[in-house]
Amino acid sequence: MGLTSGSTGIKALDRGLVIKRQGARDFVVALAGNPNVGKSTVFNGLTGLNQHTGNWPGKTVTRAQGRCNYKDSTYILVDIPGTYSLMAHSAEEEVARDFICFGSPDAVVVVCDATCLERNLNLVLQTIEITDKVVVCVNLMDEAKKKKIRIDLERLSSKLGVPVVGTAARKKRSLDRLMQALDGLINGEGKLSPIKIRYIEPIEEAVAMLEPLIARRTGGKINPRWLSLKLLDTDETLLKSMRDYLGYDISEDKEIKAALERAWSHLEEKGIDREKLRDKIVSCLVLTAEAICRDSVKFEKQGYDLTDRKIDRILTSKVTGFPIMLALLALVFWITITGANYPSQLLSDLLFSFQDVLSGFFEHLNAPDWLHGALVLGVYRVLAWVVSVMLPPMAIFFPLFTLLEDLGYLPRVAFNLDKYFKKCSACGKQALTMMMGFGCNAAGVVGCRIIDSPRERLIAIITNNFVPCNGRFPTLIAILTMFFVASSGIGGSVMSALLLTCLIVLGIAMTFVASKILSMTILKGIPSSFTLELPPYRRPQVGKIIVRSIFDRTLFVLGRAVMVAAPAGLVIWILANVTVGGDTLLNHFSGFLDPFARLMGLDGVILMAFILGFPANEIVVPIIIMSYMSTGTLIELDSLSELRQLFVENGWTWITAVSTMLFSLMHWPCSTTCLTIKKETQSLKWTLISFAVPTLAGIIICIAFANIARLFM
Amino acid sequence: MNDMATLKDLKRGQRAKIRAVRAAGGIRRRLLDLGLIEGTEVECLGKSPAGDPTAYLIRGAVIALRSEDSSQIFISD
Repeated sequence: MGLTSGSTGIKALDRGLVIKRQGARDFVVALAGNPNVGKSTVFNGLTGLNQHTGNWPGKTVTRAQGRCNYKDSTYILVDIPGTYSLMAHSAEEEVARDFICFGSPDAVVVVCDATCLERNLNLVLQTIEITDKVVVCVNLMDEAKKKKIRIDLERLSSKLGVPVVGTAARKKRSLDRLMQALDGLINGEGKLSPIKIRYIEPIEEAVAMLEPLIARRTGGKINPRWLSLKLLDTDETLLKSMRDYLGYDISEDKEIKAALERAWSHLEEKGIDREKLRDKIVSCLVLTAEAICRDSVKFEKQGYDLTDRKIDRILTSKVTGFPIMLALLALVFWITITGANYPSQLLSDLLFSFQDVLSGFFEHLNAPDWLHGALVLGVYRVLAWVVSVMLPPMAIFFPLFTLLEDLGYLPRVAFNLDKYFKKCSACGKQALTMMMGFGCNAAGVVGCRIIDSPRERLIAIITNNFVPCNGRFPTLIAILTMFFVASSGIGGSVMSALLLTCLIVLGIAMTFVASKILSMTILKGIPSSFTLELPPYRRPQVGKIIVRSIFDRTLFVLGRAVMVAAPAGLVIWILANVTVGGDTLLNHFSGFLDPFARLMGLDGVILMAFILGFPANEIVVPIIIMSYMSTGTLIELDSLSELRQLFVENGWTWITAVSTMLFSLMHWPCSTTCLTIKKETQSLKWTLISFAVPTLAGIIICIAFANIARLFM
Repeated sequence: MNDMATLKDLKRGQRAKIRAVRAAGGIRRRLLDLGLIEGTEVECLGKSPAGDPTAYLIRGAVIALRSEDSSQIFISD
């Protein structure tokens, strides 16, 4: 099966972005850095924008840009994906490197993690090799202080020969110093003498054979010393980008070709073949970084990372690793369910009493029945349902999940689960994208870019929908609570949380099964190598997370409710009230679906709701309610027990409830996710497969469950 | 420690110096970028609950490697 870069989303990366400078005082600044050093936090702090942040490597997969005014200049900041190096091993690194090399930024800020400076300096040194205009931002100084790691910024600056600023991106004041340094650099204040990395003699000699020639050919467009090194190292992807940038292939130049041959044979003579050359180049960088750190970083506390190691031992040990994972999941659900109860009731009382006011108003106007029906019983009621039943759990679950993300727990889950992903010939980072799916499947699909292997990335994309997104949780919670939790109060909510956890575990199990089947059939292959970084734990910014995600989520869901739920309400009302051949369209449609739906343990209305819910999962339950209410007697619906009554009157049994939950867990991705998959894979075929896999799984499992369960009834 | 010892043989809490990285291709470059060169000291921090992968402390960062990869990295004490 053809696995090309085009079919797997590499091309979907937004490369070659041209940034428009609007005035003479507009400067473009690239924000580079290792993954997970708080780059996005720095970016948000400076631009006032709101890129999602989280404590795991690879969080920023797309480039974001924002503006920041300082003194009389405007800085256009470009947040590029985190990379360990510019030697381009992955699509993200290519994007980062190309932007620094060819995007002609006025300056590059390399953000570093103060608690792991030595490793970060590798990227700093590689950047300095390309351009002089570098500011080093040593971020997370607060974390370093806590760990008693002392960094002599002045000494670091004199060693590197570029401005170095210490920041704690959460504290805005420290970011001012960064802007001050940046402004100084761009306006040419202060002397710069960026460090020259000295390589071992044979490499220096080889570079000397090329550099003057290259300098003449490129006319100062690219740093000749750096380019000479890259030519010696035969960096294919770089050569390609360079061809696009220069407009001709520099490695095809006769003189350069000849000089290269001479340099290579010189290296051969000294016992350095191509493979060894790369090793030596990297070793020199690493050793330079080591030497710089030896002088400027002091670890005042032996075992500065002891706390982290202790927490790790608990969260990833054989005995406690998995139980804690499940307990945390259940706890998050319990808080969601309990916390959502009160606001849900409140909103529902409020919104449904307002419905009466609206009806009264329509009556007062002598509005025709159909108008009242369409707008109040259709549009308004679905909206009210989405807002009161769906919104509160979504607004609570999301910040809780973000909290775990900010703490740094998600990479530990990936660490715990990796063995099983390996057994499915998949990548351990799939655990990360799977967990992103809890928030939103479309986000999870985009997140799959962190997986380097195209085959493994496709597996992660296709199976992402097996974990229910934020928009499906409320449906699951409502059905669980209605049909399987007898008592109310604490006991009831604990029971709901546990059942929901079981359902999620089933979804995760299905992820494994589907991944395994995919890698045995259409996506055959062996698991590729990867490294998983387990970042230090960080104290999350609790207040900020809660305010931000409730606010953002609420607005987002409300927006979507208006865009999707309201029209859906209208459509349902029309379907339920337009009669053709003596029966409503709704009955025709659901009647048509009914035989097949019954086979799956559902009924025609439920299946129809899932189909009409394609634009957004939040509206599935409201559609079911609307459909039942339009055909049955109209009752006041303001509690789950009355809702249960309505469902039971329409023939629901526990089998219907379980089948509905199973199908909610396993069916086609919503329209947004489908579009995202199309964009990421650049392929209709893989989009259709991503649509078909969870759908088929859901149909098969529902049919199997319903028919087996009926045997025991 | 014998000549064929690899990172995979390290037990929790043990340290060793890297002698040679045998892994090839993308993973080799990534390991080099993480600072895993000859002479780098590495500490084994422990296995994941299922026995694989294993976490190592490499130049101040915690990196997890699968056994297929750690068995390609030779060590000396």
